[in-house]
Amino acid sequence: MPRDERPKLSRRAWITTTSGVIAAGLVKTQADAIHLGAQEAPIDPTKVPGRLVSELGSRAPAEEPKRLVRAEALSSSSRTPLADLMGTITPADLHFERHHAGIPDIQYEDHELLVHGMVERPTVFRMSDLMRYPQVSRIRFLECSGNGGGVYNRDRMPTEVTVQALDGLLSTSEWTGVAVSTILREVGVRPGASWILAEGRDSAVMSRSVPLDKVMEDSILAYGQNGERIRPEQGYPLRLFNPGYEGNTSVKWLRRIEVTDRPTHTRDETSKYTDPLGDGTVRQFSLVMDAKSVITFPSYPYVLPEAGWWEVRGLAWSGRGRITRVEVSTDGGRSWVDAALQGPILDKSTVRFRHLFDWNGRDTLILSRATDETGYVQPTVEQLWEARGTRTSYHQNHQRAWKIARTGEVTFGLGELV
Amino acid sequence: MRLPATDVGLVSAVSREWGSPLRTAARRAAGLCLVAGLLAACSDGHRGATGGAMAPDEVAVAGTAEGLPAHAPDRFGFGTEASDARVALWDIDVRPDGQGLPPGRGSVAQGRDVFNIHCVACHGPTGTEGPNDRLVDSEQWDAVPSTRTVGNYWPYATTLYDYIRKAMPQLTPGILSDDQVYAVIAYILWMNEIVSEDAVMDAETLPAVIMPARDKFVVDDRIGGTGPIR
Ligand code: HEC
Repeated sequence: MPRDERPKLSRRAWITTTSGVIAAGLVKTQADAIHLGAQEAPIDPTKVPGRLVSELGSRAPAEEPKRLVRAEALSSSSRTPLADLMGTITPADLHFERHHAGIPDIQYEDHELLVHGMVERPTVFRMSDLMRYPQVSRIRFLECSGNGGGVYNRDRMPTEVTVQALDGLLSTSEWTGVAVSTILREVGVRPGASWILAEGRDSAVMSRSVPLDKVMEDSILAYGQNGERIRPEQGYPLRLFNPGYEGNTSVKWLRRIEVTDRPTHTRDETSKYTDPLGDGTVRQFSLVMDAKSVITFPSYPYVLPEAGWWEVRGLAWSGRGRITRVEVSTDGGRSWVDAALQGPILDKSTVRFRHLFDWNGRDTLILSRATDETGYVQPTVEQLWEARGTRTSYHQNHQRAWKIARTGEVTFGLGELV
Repeated sequence: MRLPATDVGLVSAVSREWGSPLRTAARRAAGLCLVAGLLAACSDGHRGATGGAMAPDEVAVAGTAEGLPAHAPDRFGFGTEASDARVALWDIDVRPDGQGLPPGRGSVAQGRDVFNIHCVACHGPTGTEGPNDRLVDSEQWDAVPSTRTVGNYWPYATTLYDYIRKAMPQLTPGILSDDQVYAVIAYILWMNEIVSEDAVMDAETLPAVIMPARDKFVVDDRIGGTGPIR
């Protein structure tokens, strides 16, 4: 149906349903009715029939959460508005993006996945083939390992930065697809295999090596996200999803898996996504995202209008398993209390934490630190500098701080502590 | 007690044919089964990680874990067997040992022409001016690199072939012939003072190039837990 016919249809439908209530010649549309009403008094929705059903929903007009786009380039990113979100699930249209050569235009019908290398039966799977295999769904976070890179440099510690700009390369979804283990069982992996190479069908032909152990344990060939097909910017129609691993390894627009006995050392696991440690070495295949937490409220540019009771809210996650504890400090790190964790606490997923705080109206710094089931405690930035030097560009999972000034203004506060 | 949400029975069944990584997984899974006193669930041929073998937050319904239900066939047989020609069409990656390199060759002089036509606009006349990634820096480093380029950071020269053939030039990837890719690599390596001006790159010479930063790379040693931060 041509798009411009839709309004006509619904207008006619509306007039039919309301004829006898309002003279059809005078008030033609619901919008007219609302407009008329608005001239006399504030709109009373109990006195005006509401909008009709529609095929696609939309947000309330006043609600406009948006991804943050800083540079419009082929190799670029957009960030999730963490401060606008509640709970743990990221609406699919707000999931962060990181592409290396734009979003390819791929048709579901002609997409194919080739699985070959050290396997008994090299196989091409069409999407319809993959859809027939037993399905799995998992709620898991995805984080770019470059997330938070802007708050690692002592000399360039920002103050006026939003949590979106800072840590918005983090999102959580329910991912649905086929277990990689199911497909590798199908093709029969040969003895001696220990890695896979995953390759995308974008014009960067994104390529990453992933340990076979990992993909056998819990990786998914994902075609669904939050109940619908994966969106084009998330890899439509098929992506690899490696729970808890740095985002770049979850190769989008997946067209090929080669089973190998060694890593391929692609550009994005040598030149990029590696960590020069300051002692003459470069750490490679730093794949797991360590435990991290971030306070999303209050955060810049919020202004607390008055002292009194406020709820500190945030997210915590770990690529090594479940979060077991989140502590909050409201006195610049001198004392810590356990925050409440909102269940269910899932493996390699975000957890919402909350702490009720009676702000006395004085200058203070608030921080959070997460602990995961391995016992790992989110480090301070000094601990990371000590362990890795000051020149790494990825995996900056150190504790963050927000400063609340007596004026109520909230700014990024880590600079006050280092 | 958390068990890996993997297919316990499946791992055990196929581990005979597999290399060490899987055996580790199988051992771990088996160990956990014993520890958790879930022998029944783990050893009676269940393919599905059901009942106690599932993480507590994941409701134990057969067939919803990564594992397959007990009555699943050994093979489903969906998908089409890929012919050698089909595999060759897409099997374009290149490894440090040279596997995947095509026939062909290119010299530094030929590469200069390729570079000045296809690369200079984004990487600059000497590979250092940008606006996009800097490709040249022959200054080596001890503690930390001040730049991360082919000359002072890349561990393997073969990665240039893998990447340039797949992704460059950024707006028209795939337009270079195999000879042109070898040539432009020779030129980039020469600009980085890694090969001499008369060098020719091909499937033999490229994997033999020793990159200055090669021995600096170490595998991740982070393991989580309560030990020192790494
Ligand atoms: C239209 C601009 C453009 C052109 C033309 C171009 N490149 Fe690039 N090149 C880029 C961009 C942008 C990146 C970074 C991409 C990314 O990070 O995902 C890049 C990255 C690279 C890298 C990786 C750098 C590193 O250290 O990681 C190499 C090598 C490279 N280009 C080689 C070439 C060669 C050789 C040519 C010519 C055949 C070429 N490029 C032409 C834009 C271009």
